[in-house]
Order: sequence, then structure tokens, then C-alpha cells
Amino acid sequence: MSITVQNVSKYYGSQKALNNISFRVDTGEVVGFLGPNGAGKTTTMKIITTYLAASEGDVTVSGLPVEENRKAVRAKIGYLPENNPLYTDMQVIDYLRFAASVNGVKKEETDSRIKEMVVLCGLDSEKHKYISELSKGYRQRVGLAQAMIHDPEILILDEPTTGLDPNQIVEIRNLIRKMGEKKTVLLSTHILSEVEATCDRILIINKGEIVADGTAADLRKMSSAGDILHLKVGGADDPEKVLSVLSAQQNFLTEKTGESGFEFIINPDDIREAKKLIFSMCAENGWYIDSLTAKETKLEDIFRELTN
Amino acid sequence: MEFVLTIAKKEIRSFFDSLIAYILLTAFLGISGFFTWVYGSDIFLINQATLLPFFNVALWTIFFFTPALTMKMFAEEKRTGTLEFLLTKPGEDIQVIAGKFLAVTGLTAISLLLTIPYYITVSTLGPLDHGATISGYIGLLLLSGALTGIGLLASSLTNNQIVAYLAAIFTGLFFMIITGVISQNTTGSLSVIFNFLNLQFHYDAVSRGVIDSRNIIFFVSLTVVSLYLTSLNLSSRFIKS
Repeated sequence: MSITVQNVSKYYGSQKALNNISFRVDTGEVVGFLGPNGAGKTTTMKIITTYLAASEGDVTVSGLPVEENRKAVRAKIGYLPENNPLYTDMQVIDYLRFAASVNGVKKEETDSRIKEMVVLCGLDSEKHKYISELSKGYRQRVGLAQAMIHDPEILILDEPTTGLDPNQIVEIRNLIRKMGEKKTVLLSTHILSEVEATCDRILIINKGEIVADGTAADLRKMSSAGDILHLKVGGADDPEKVLSVLSAQQNFLTEKTGESGFEFIINPDDIREAKKLIFSMCAENGWYIDSLTAKETKLEDIFRELTN
Repeated sequence: MEFVLTIAKKEIRSFFDSLIAYILLTAFLGISGFFTWVYGSDIFLINQATLLPFFNVALWTIFFFTPALTMKMFAEEKRTGTLEFLLTKPGEDIQVIAGKFLAVTGLTAISLLLTIPYYITVSTLGPLDHGATISGYIGLLLLSGALTGIGLLASSLTNNQIVAYLAAIFTGLFFMIITGVISQNTTGSLSVIFNFLNLQFHYDAVSRGVIDSRNIIFFVSLTVVSLYLTSLNLSSRFIKS
């Protein structure tokens, strides 16, 4: 149930779409695949799902090299391709039956699988409509239902939440979370809050290369920006004095912020150490801490830092 | 086989759901019926109990209608992206092609079944050559297979249905007319080769009741080669660089 991608490169003519990328997705993991448009996310997914072949390198799914075992690999994967292509001239239920059949679901199990998917994806009220009549959110659910109909071990979802409204995004996210408990999931997106909410691990790809691989916390650590503290001091008369005391510290940088003059942004090397120092400093000078909040670096900043 | 049949069934359903099937069946029966019974060198004019007038007009209706059925097969799926859906399912490319092939030739077979009343009617009018008639139907099926192959190839080469239709028609015309013209205007082995490549030459032989292995070989190899080229074209996505 794992996916390994090893030293994979892909050329489209003279253009290099993937440059020697390697990563693995282990059983039961939900991995988010991030990157700007044109970074190679879709190409990587197309290679894993056997739609395209890598120019160089090896891809294995559940230990099977994909190129020699296309049929077996396809049977293990549930795939939602980019832009969620659907046969819009079919009714939802017929489409799901067709998807079940081409995915090799046994005849006697087809009806129960379809029923399960309809319930899971909340398609009950829409199941007899033509897909062309559905809103984007419902189409997306049909796409997910199609991908999961044969109960695959691995789900590969190319931008599962594009074009959805915030409520729908939350629903789809919960659905993916639920699926992720039992399956290996690789999903691509460029919405950062989404990866944080759904994924165990994040891969960032830029210009065909993997630039980061780790949990959201790992990435924050990796980032030079680091976490910051927001401090508001009370009981002091002169803001300049507070600033000079704070600035005297070797292991963090202090900046003034806000209107009151007693608010500071502190960028420490070690956040816990800094909190201790701030406390004792205030105690020594007879000030008190009005507020002290740690602000995490936004994933957006890390993303921008890594992909610019 | 299951996979192939699933695709064939889906395509046939979509012909009927989208009214394409009804329109083409009506037009096919209308046009072929009109020229068989009412107008031109129809049965009453030649005053023989034969279905030759039908076979002569059915050749051209099938010639123009088959590309209309095949044009969307790959072109539309490429345009909307559903081809990626289909080709990442546990089957081979060739099975997808076979399913679509079966759907189109299946619809043609249905339309030919609907002309059985012609056969019954003519056979009550006079002594009908049953062997020749059956051979004629076989000829139409073989022709439909070859044209479907060409149509699928054309459709797989583009993502524009109109381009697919025109490419299939022009390729068809090459085998239908141009090879004949070249053959007539050349001599020696060149003439023989182009005569062998002429669809109409083989079809005329079969529809008159003369089934030669050469005719069968021609139709079958035209079908197989075009389907093989279609699969080759689909597998070009696996090219390494």
C-alpha cells in the first residue's frame, strides 16, 4: 500500500517537467502535494497512476514496479484526475455503475458499493440527475465516489477541492480524512490551509524538484522565518527603556509594533528560553506581562520562501 | 472481455441516450429504403428480385455515417479529459479500443437487422439469390469494420470531432475512389496494387455473392491495421522523452 518514487525525471520534448525527484508515501499516510502551478504535481500523479511513463527512474506501488504491472497497479489505485473529468451525459447512478464495472467490482457487490458511495459522498438526493445538471460541488463528490468505488488501497486526488465553496471544502476535507484512516492518500492542492487540515505530511515541489518533505511542524522548523512571539508589557513608563532592555538580550531580536509603544515582536532562536527570559526581565524591572502570544509562521510564508 | 463489453455497452447506451442512434437509424433506413424501393435504379426499375440496389446505397450511407459515430470516440474524451479516467482503469488500451469498435459495429449491425423486412419482402416478390444476399450483408459488416477502424484512428489523432470526421471521410475516400482512379490510370504491378487497395472493388465482389479470401483479407487487414495504429497512437503517451 505504499508508493515509492525514485530518481524520477520526465521530459516533454526538450522541456524538463520533473528533475530527479524521490519520495515515498507509506501505508495509511495522507500526504499533501504542494507546489505552484506547473511545478510538476499533475505529471507526478499521472506517472504514478500509469497514465504517463517516467523518462527516467522507478515508481513502485505496493512494491510493484508500475511500468511492468500497469493493470495490477491500476486496480489498486483510485484516481481523481485533474479537473475531475466526468461523462456529463450520464446519470450519477449509471456513471457510478460504469465506474464500478471498469474498476472490476464484482457484479453482486456493485449495488452495495454504489449505495455505500452515495451515502458516504452525500449524493442521495442527486443520484438520478444527469451529471451535466449538477453543481460543481456535487460533481466533485461524484468524482470522489468514482475514485473510491472499488475500495482501492491507494487514493490519488489531483486538486480535489478546486472550485468548491468553503462549506464544501470542509465536507470534502472531512471525507478525505475519513478515507485516510484506512487508505494511503496522495492529494495535490495549492490551498495551504487545506494541507494543514488534512495531511500528515507535506511535499513541496517546485520547478520539477522536491524542495521540502515533512510534517507542517518540520517545515516550520526548516523555515528561516521561525516562530515569533508577540509581547505586550504593562506597568512600565517608558517604552524606550523596555525596548533597550529587550534589545540587550543576545538570543533574540526585538522590534516595536502597535500604537501603544509597549508592544513588541520578538524573533527568538529558542522560543521556550525566550519566554523565561522575558518573564524574569519583567519581574526584575517591576513590569508585568500584559499578553504574550506565540505566532506560528504561516505555511504561506514557508511556501513562498521555498518556491520563489 | 468483461472490460471490453462494459465499454461497448456504455457507448451503445450513450448513442441511444443522445438520440444519435435514432437519428442515424432513421436516416439510414430512410435513405436506403428510398433508393431501394422508390427512386433511381430501384428494384422495380431493374425488375429483378435482388437486394443489389440496397447494397449499393447502403455502402454510401454507411460510408458517411460511420465516421459520425466514431468521431467523438477519442476526440471528445481527450478534450474533456475522460480518456485519462478510462486509461487509468485496470484494462489495456486495446480493450478500450475494442469496446468502442464493438459499439460502432454493433450499432451498424442493429441497423442492418432492421433491413431484414426488405429481405423478406424481396424474397416473396421473386426468386432471390439467398447466398448472394447473405454475402452482401457480410460485405456491409466487413465494410463497417474497416470504416470504424479508420474512424477510430482519425478520432484518436485529434481532440476536435470535426477534424476527426473529415479525416476519416478523406481517408475513406482514398480507399473508395482515389485508389480506383489511380489503378485505372496506371499499368502493371502499380495498377494491381491500387486495385487491391480499392474498397469498392472488394465490396462489389462480396455484395454480388463472390466471397474470395482476398476480399476478406483486405477488409480484415484494413481493420486490424487501423486499430493497431490507434493503439500505437494511444501508447505514444508512454514515450520516454
